[in-house]
Amino acid sequence: MNESGLERPQERVGTSIWAAAGLTLARDLRLAFRKRGQLVQPLVFFAIVTTLFPLAISPELSRLRDVAPGVLWVAALLSSQLALEFLFRDDAQDGTLEQYALSGQSLSWLLFAKTAAHWLLTGLPLALMAPLAGLSLGVPVASVPGIVASVAVGSVALSLIGSMGAAITLGVKRSGALLSLLTLPLAMPVLIFGARATELAVKGESYGAPLELLGALAVLGITLAPLATAAAVRVNLE
Amino acid sequence: MAWTWFHRLGSPPYIYNLAARLTPWFAWPATLLMLAGLIDGLVLSPPDYQQGDGFRMMYVHVPTAYMSIMIYTTMAVSAAVGLIWRIKVAHAVAASCAPIGASITLCALVTGSLWGAPMWGTYWEWDPRLTSELILLFLYLGYMGLRSATEDVQRADRISAVLAVVGVVNVPIIHFSVVWWNSLHQGASLMRLGKPTIALSMLIPLLLMLLAFTLFFVAVLLIRLRAEILSRERTASWIREVVTP
Repeated sequence: MNESGLERPQERVGTSIWAAAGLTLARDLRLAFRKRGQLVQPLVFFAIVTTLFPLAISPELSRLRDVAPGVLWVAALLSSQLALEFLFRDDAQDGTLEQYALSGQSLSWLLFAKTAAHWLLTGLPLALMAPLAGLSLGVPVASVPGIVASVAVGSVALSLIGSMGAAITLGVKRSGALLSLLTLPLAMPVLIFGARATELAVKGESYGAPLELLGALAVLGITLAPLATAAAVRVNLE
Repeated sequence: MAWTWFHRLGSPPYIYNLAARLTPWFAWPATLLMLAGLIDGLVLSPPDYQQGDGFRMMYVHVPTAYMSIMIYTTMAVSAAVGLIWRIKVAHAVAASCAPIGASITLCALVTGSLWGAPMWGTYWEWDPRLTSELILLFLYLGYMGLRSATEDVQRADRISAVLAVVGVVNVPIIHFSVVWWNSLHQGASLMRLGKPTIALSMLIPLLLMLLAFTLFFVAVLLIRLRAEILSRERTASWIREVVTP
């Protein structure tokens, strides 16, 4: 499929890139809110995973407090993997992605809008939920802003890495395990800096440095990941 | 014009024959250099003043660790070449690199672990280098898993090329994040190899082994590449001329 042969810029009418992104985002949000049950599943999963640790390690809050940052981040990383497999799958099957590719709009931009919707539906709720789980593990109330900030920023990078993985495995049937094998190694820097920021927040120290590194990863993801995602989607549409 | 040599590199029969001709030129020097390096390293070079004879693991460990990264770079570069200029042979090179890279990475981990047991008293340490090497192994395995999960060869080529290129951007990030991760946690690690002075009598066998492993990799790559081309072009007519004696 040769993109330049299909695109006819002089005939492009109307829709600006912002409007196109807005429409894509709104469509994904609307579709997601029609299936509310699925929407809360990652959150419930996150809650269950954090519940497992007190049962497995010890119910003593002093011990849980030490492992809380790691527990929160591993749980957040795993829950962000849950919805990924279906990020592009339905749209690939019903031909929506092909229409995106043919629309004359930048495919990477539209896919970025879809990823943004994914973050609004999973990353942001996780960031709001993480302090609750943290408090149940005995972290001090004062650390709540740090936890919210680190999970919110880190999950941006996680969503973008995940969107690359989802696009790459689009052509693979039952891609769940493979998707995790591909995305988790790439997500390790996010885990390292995220857990570090949370740990410093829990200890009441300044968590600025790791949070800035998380922000840098998120910005790098925003600039590069949509390009890779679009390239992978194009290959899988061929 | 002068570009014909470049175009010929994209032709599977030409590369198949070229690989066949080049293989001995890499395989024999690799064997000889490896023998020389092993004899020099295991017998002739003096024992380390601290580690005794244990340090001799270095002559296998350091080359494999270096190769694990070099093979990944080779794989990613040829995947990118295949993706950008749509050269099938470049994809075949990338596909042949992955299993070699994965086994070399495993060798580096195993030899490092065996070396660590007497020196550090533990087989595994969550040291930055060990951790990023382990993640590199996961990346290789992911690449191979993706290839084997995608049935159509052309699609497998292009989609795994995207992954390899993404990986090459991310590998340095992973590496440095892992380094910072550990340096934030604890002080200097036990592993202090490389940068400082190394005696000439130890350096020479090490360089011999590095060169030997590089040539070994090229030789194995050429053999694998021929097998890969054979399996991809199995319906092409030129194969019959090559295979029938």
